[in-house]
Amino acid sequence: MRIALFITCYNDTLFPETGIAVVRVLERLGHEVEFPAGQTCCGQMHYNTGYQDEALPLLPRFVQQFRSAEAVVVPSSSCVAMMREHYPAMARRLEQAGGHDGLSGDVESLLGRIYEFSELLTRRLGLSDVGAYFPHRVAYHPSCHGLRSLGLGDGPLSLLRSVRGIELADLRDAEECCGFGGTFAIKNAAVSSAMLSEKSRAVLDTGAEICTATDNSCLMQINGALHRKRTGVRTMHLAEILACTQAYKNAEGPGGGFP
Amino acid sequence: MSTGTALDPRTAPPFPIAAARSLEDSQLRKNVRHATDVIQGKRARVVSEMPDWEALRISGEAIRRHTMKHLDEYLRQFEENCARVGGVVHWARDGAEARALVIRLVEEAVENEGPHNSLREVLKIKSMTTEEIQLNQALEFAGIRPYETDLAELIIQLGHDQPSHIVVPALHKNRQQIRELFRKEMDLPELGESPEELAEAARRFLRTRFLRVPIAISGANFLIAETGGVCIVESEGNGRMCLTLPRTLITLAGIDKVLPRFRDLEVLLQTLPRSATGERMNPYNSMWTGVQRADGPKQFHVVLLDNGRTDVLADIEARQTLHCIRCGACQNVCPVYRETGGHAYGSVYAGPIGAILTPQLQRLQHARSLPYASSLCGACYEVCPVKINIPEVLIHLRNKVVRRDTAGLRVLGNPEALAMKAASTIFRSERRFRAAQRLGRLAQRPLERKDAKGEPWVSSLPGFFGGWTATRDLRAMPKQTFREWWENRSRNNRDAKYSAEAPR
Repeated sequence: MRIALFITCYNDTLFPETGIAVVRVLERLGHEVEFPAGQTCCGQMHYNTGYQDEALPLLPRFVQQFRSAEAVVVPSSSCVAMMREHYPAMARRLEQAGGHDGLSGDVESLLGRIYEFSELLTRRLGLSDVGAYFPHRVAYHPSCHGLRSLGLGDGPLSLLRSVRGIELADLRDAEECCGFGGTFAIKNAAVSSAMLSEKSRAVLDTGAEICTATDNSCLMQINGALHRKRTGVRTMHLAEILACTQAYKNAEGPGGGFP
Repeated sequence: MSTGTALDPRTAPPFPIAAARSLEDSQLRKNVRHATDVIQGKRARVVSEMPDWEALRISGEAIRRHTMKHLDEYLRQFEENCARVGGVVHWARDGAEARALVIRLVEEAVENEGPHNSLREVLKIKSMTTEEIQLNQALEFAGIRPYETDLAELIIQLGHDQPSHIVVPALHKNRQQIRELFRKEMDLPELGESPEELAEAARRFLRTRFLRVPIAISGANFLIAETGGVCIVESEGNGRMCLTLPRTLITLAGIDKVLPRFRDLEVLLQTLPRSATGERMNPYNSMWTGVQRADGPKQFHVVLLDNGRTDVLADIEARQTLHCIRCGACQNVCPVYRETGGHAYGSVYAGPIGAILTPQLQRLQHARSLPYASSLCGACYEVCPVKINIPEVLIHLRNKVVRRDTAGLRVLGNPEALAMKAASTIFRSERRFRAAQRLGRLAQRPLERKDAKGEPWVSSLPGFFGGWTATRDLRAMPKQTFREWWENRSRNNRDAKYSAEAPR
């Protein structure tokens, strides 16, 4: 299958290793990955902070970039949630404002082809074993958007369970938010930090070396505390774990898989 | 016995400031965490035993949505039917009108009692609506003594404290703190701290008042339009006492409390107790319809309160806020509330429902930090028995706040708005986005520090972003963005292909 990658703005800038891992996994599985060069941002930060007018112009841009894709993969639950929950209403607003005839139809058709990374593997491709090897103790944090908005359920865990050598740890209160919440982490920094303390304590209690998730935003928050406290525990996006095989290891530090 | 200063959204500090203060209170945090854990656990058990829970939620939502769509009609029906069975319905546009009405009704009732009872006292059943309009303070100012009869509200009143939860107002207090309070205020120096001893002390304290005071003020869980009846559910029986012993009963209810039909209770009386206290059914379910000759109050008044609710009704995207049946499940599950407790919200409506209801009741003049008091994790939506999409309403209200704060020239004094507008401009062009990425790499250089592994990290950011690095490190932006890697790789692949194909 030809799969277009929407890397998302913050992965592009801050976590390129996640995009590289997505490419490695999909190519290893025999798929062809495309990267539409004009892509930028889905508009989530603007929309969720209340700047809807500033998010609107990003929608036609996104549709234009990915319109012809057979499938779109996004290594971020929250960006996919943004699209599914708000793009239809945004498209209607743009149509009403004029100059965007047919946008709602385009959005509807495109949304059916957009998959969060683990979702693409488990639901679209029907896989759980992608041939990964990762001999480490790992705790999985189900991000709020993956859990509640996308309903990923057991999908990411089924992928992790099939990884050779992995030791999966149970994370206490796993479904509780890590406290990131986009601009919430800064606007309500104290509360966000208190929530983060609960999460990082739970991660440390598992004895895991790595905490993983489908969202680098949550992982940036969790890793921020783990690194600040010099815990020696760190985070990796799910795609980076699945990219590791006997032959290829990108487990050598944050960004360590970067060629 | 007087009540402390009420929680007032008009004067409360912004949420981030009040929350930071609450976070320093280790006792408060332990109490809130413990209590919300216990209630959540009970709720989860009794919800999981219901095979039709989702169907009940959907029905509950449909009932509430329909009611709000035809609210004018059902309110008129309620008024008519309530009057037919001997109740008197009053309408109050806002808190001031409602307070004046209730005070007048109490004074008339005192007068009616005649010379054998000229005490200016009233009994009260727990009612968040009376808290919303700060009724107790107004009564005291008018020389009328309100006696809270719900155990938690009694604790709040005796401690000059404020409610922190809509179902369990004294959730922030533990048993030892309550014992200390009772020892002092009830003059019981030997009082123990077992729930039985505390309940017994409260029972004895309240009993004399139940038997003496002939006037009661209640809230309402539901008003039934087709019968003109009122429904209250409770756990302690204090409500039942207040609804049956006094000769005058005054019920204050928001106009959102109406239900079309008696049979709608079938759905909501299944979901409310399970969601609120984790009980299959409330110990006391009281329903009364007007005045009965044989029994109960002889004077019955209902004060219907608007206080901003019709404005909420008019906002089609936020209207679902009024669907709320005040179960408090969203508070117990909210990771923000669980850290801060209720007082930080500066309103009797705390937690996720408070974050959407309070600013709307204030017409966004006050409490405008509340729509941002959420990480949008969605746990509230998941447990709501009438499926209020609280994250959606939060985002809608954030937009209203932004619109107000960026109108006209105001945007110039608003650094956040300017940054957001700049970011949007950047994201509208690939070229500008790449330039911003390069600029970011340059700008972070003076802030980078290598950790022991030689990786560059940022531990201190200036200004607005300092909130991040106060408690968290930030890995520095890598030397290459993903798109740069992708382009290099594509170029290398192409070159490799060309050189392989080139003629030797």
